[in-house]
Amino acid sequence: MATASDTLAAIAKYEPVIGLEVHVQLLTNTKIFCSCSTKFGNQPNSNVCPVCLGMPGALPVLNSKTVEYAVLAALALNCQIRETSIFARKNYFYPDLPKGYQISQFDKPIAEHGFIEIKTANGLKKIGITRLHMEEDAGKSLHDGFPDAANKTAVDLNRSGVPLIEIVSEPDIASAEEAYEYLRRLKEIILYTGVSDCNMEEGSLRCDANVSVRLRGQKEFGTKAEVKNVNSFRFIKQAIEYEIERQVELIESGGKVVQESRLYNSQEGRTYSMRSKEQAHDYRYFPEPDLLPLVVDARWQAEIHKQLPELPEGRRHRMVAEYGITEQDAGVLTVTKNFADQFEEAARVSKSPKRVANLVQGELQARLKAYNLDIEHSPISMKGIAMSADLAEAGTISSKILKDLYDLCFERKEDFPAIYEKEKPEQITDTGAIEKIIDEVMAANPKQLEQYRAGKKTVKAFFVGQVMKETKGQASPGLVNELLEKKLEG
Amino acid sequence: MDLKNLTIAAARADVQERKTSATALAESFYAKIASDDPQIGAYLTLSKDRALEQAARMDVLAAKGEALPPLGGVPVGIKDVLVTRGLRTTAGSKILENYIPPNDCTAVARLEAAGAVILGKLNCDEFAMGSSNENSAYKPVRNPRDLERVPGGSSGGSAAAVAAGMAVATLGSDTGGSIRQPASFCGVVGLKPTYGRVSRYGLIAFASSLDHIGPFANTVTDSALVLRTMAGRDPMDSTSADVPVPDYVAELQKGVRGLRIGVAKEYFAEGLDAEVRASLEAAIQKLASLGCEVVPVSLPHTEYAIPAYYIVATAEASANLARFDGVRYGLRSKEARTLSDMYRKTRDEGFGPEVKRRIMLGTYALSTGYYDAYYLKAQRVRTLLTRDFESAFQKVDVIVTPTSPTAAFKLGEKSDDPLAMYLADIYTVTANLAGIPGISVPCGDTRSGLPIGLQILGRHFDEATILRLAHAYEQARG
Repeated sequence: MATASDTLAAIAKYEPVIGLEVHVQLLTNTKIFCSCSTKFGNQPNSNVCPVCLGMPGALPVLNSKTVEYAVLAALALNCQIRETSIFARKNYFYPDLPKGYQISQFDKPIAEHGFIEIKTANGLKKIGITRLHMEEDAGKSLHDGFPDAANKTAVDLNRSGVPLIEIVSEPDIASAEEAYEYLRRLKEIILYTGVSDCNMEEGSLRCDANVSVRLRGQKEFGTKAEVKNVNSFRFIKQAIEYEIERQVELIESGGKVVQESRLYNSQEGRTYSMRSKEQAHDYRYFPEPDLLPLVVDARWQAEIHKQLPELPEGRRHRMVAEYGITEQDAGVLTVTKNFADQFEEAARVSKSPKRVANLVQGELQARLKAYNLDIEHSPISMKGIAMSADLAEAGTISSKILKDLYDLCFERKEDFPAIYEKEKPEQITDTGAIEKIIDEVMAANPKQLEQYRAGKKTVKAFFVGQVMKETKGQASPGLVNELLEKKLEG
Repeated sequence: MDLKNLTIAAARADVQERKTSATALAESFYAKIASDDPQIGAYLTLSKDRALEQAARMDVLAAKGEALPPLGGVPVGIKDVLVTRGLRTTAGSKILENYIPPNDCTAVARLEAAGAVILGKLNCDEFAMGSSNENSAYKPVRNPRDLERVPGGSSGGSAAAVAAGMAVATLGSDTGGSIRQPASFCGVVGLKPTYGRVSRYGLIAFASSLDHIGPFANTVTDSALVLRTMAGRDPMDSTSADVPVPDYVAELQKGVRGLRIGVAKEYFAEGLDAEVRASLEAAIQKLASLGCEVVPVSLPHTEYAIPAYYIVATAEASANLARFDGVRYGLRSKEARTLSDMYRKTRDEGFGPEVKRRIMLGTYALSTGYYDAYYLKAQRVRTLLTRDFESAFQKVDVIVTPTSPTAAFKLGEKSDDPLAMYLADIYTVTANLAGIPGISVPCGDTRSGLPIGLQILGRHFDEATILRLAHAYEQARG
């Protein structure tokens, strides 16, 4: 019986080699080879036509939007675009595969030789992308949810022909953490390009992991197992961890890893071998004769390149430089493109982008966490945060009042400007009262007064702050300024 | 009325001038089919309702004195591998015995839009696989010239229907000679256009890179007219070419004097029947007498055409026929208990022996470890053959060959010997591999009265020239 520390020691002797295959559904309105809708959740078999049903005599016609989106994703992943790529037939029988073959790309994919940079404990690491290719999705076999489900299987072909890209990584990934990081970065980049919503629940992002282990220092790869169709990044990480452990234990106990497909059971936290019958595939790829070679010439590539948005990594660098925020700030603020756009919109009109960034990471994040909301669903918009930042910067509201107002925003699910309008503290506009407080503040801080009168005019801000503090932020800042000036000058 | 020699122009004129009605014309063709087709077996399904509706539309136009469209009121037949909306389409196979398509083949839709009256669907070898029409799952077609003999294949029904006067013109498909060879056997004109000239949308695929739709007719003029109607880019077929379509009928009138005619020795080699050879030589003499220049050319890779063809064609077929799985339409075996059982039994019951043979050949040729040796090598041969033609066409405008090495053979004569059957396509497969147009035009009979075909091959998208030469020959032949 191996103890936990034995296992750890054994694992340390081995080096995992991991490659990921990620399928991403593209957000085109119509399918890849016909004009049927790609809408999710319609009545089964309502988004279908002779082409995606594989009726006799029907022919595929390539949707050029698919090409555009695939190239956009490929450019974002630093791939080289192949000017002439070829579609191929991948032959296998399955009830949800209407033609008995899937139109995919094989030896001449649309893009190759890309990479993603991920952060690891040892700094940045480049994970190579072998290839990115286009293909059609299959339909769905249904085993429940209809009257005679007990003894029948039904097929829904709404998804048949929905465009996918498959992104295949090099076996550069050396741990489950790196795999997780790679997926996170990949998803972030794809989301930024806008070509997919990467929604794992609806199946618009699917991942298979090829996992093998070898003794450290060994050149040859070990035999790999393919862990298929895991439906969350967390589970993929767990599945890879399990698989590494399983393979090391197997080898250490004198066994051999079998090349096979395995399914991950997230409840049990382990992988299971799929029946070998299902994997004995010879796909007999050959060039699809119904489609001409696809040419994406330099001109088209340039046109698509123009649509490429600023990507998260570059954006973070720019934001650090432009707004004087930290890299960590930038990381939080670029979590989605939409959010970063909003931040920048707010930051540009705000007097203090840095304060905006701080508020987002401090006050906002804390409340989002407490309310279990993601940043996209924050009641306070970036505009609201910018407004609050400016009010705080000007000393119009104290940080305590800001916090109270934020609480109200979350309680009532209203944005900051609305809450501020209703709840803004009564301002003290009574000249006599303010003058009285100024006198008290001046009396309490003779040193600063002396400095001011000696010519250090910036000390005025200190007095403004003190007066605002004494009035709990309720004094009219204009009035305070005006009266202070007079009094300070003596 | 002499239905057998009725041309498109004459039929349309008679309806236009109300010497007859489109309805009456269709009825007389149906009467002819009722009396003669039981002996011949050309039709699998008749579409009388659809035909009479269309005929009535044409009659209304004629009655109003409006000009009929180019094929207005002309009765035509359609090979049963072209899908027709609401009209049973079997591909000559049991697996599609009750298949009613939801869509129309583009070529058929274009003929109908031009006023053609569709009489019905024509018998053929199952999935267009065969050279004698004996592979139809329903019944063989017999050659109208000699009922003991085959009409050729796979478009045997289409050729026989025209030859027997059971349609003015018909559509067929040609993957390795399936239009030209039966045209030759039945003594009619059969045209395979350039790959990409006519949309394949709605043609039940046998081998996608080799499949072509083309017409059968009594005359070259009619062939030109039908081609003109069908040809041109179709957004539903990515491989259909955006190349301007000339007025093939008008082009026929240009002369042929000075045309350079290539004669390739590889097409007059061993295995060529003596009577066919003599007939071809006479035809070439005739062309020379019309002022054409006869030039010897060489197509050195011809001998590899048959093996290359049977690898490419079966490989593509193995994938194209995978969709007949019993899941969505067509036959589903009632015996099956499990999924793999359903596939096996459905396909075992639904496909005939030749179709199974070709699926297996193609599956083998594409398998890991064999792909390079077979499929890839066959594609290289294909490139070499295409280059052979390209260099020959630098010296000549057309190439003439026999359409088939022999005249029509007897039913059963080759059906036990697939290889002998495959060799019946030896002169026709090259045009499919190279994608060039070819036409077969009758050039006399054997002593026993069987027709012989002259094949004229042309440059890509130059159907106009082969039609022009075929027309000149047809006129001169008398």
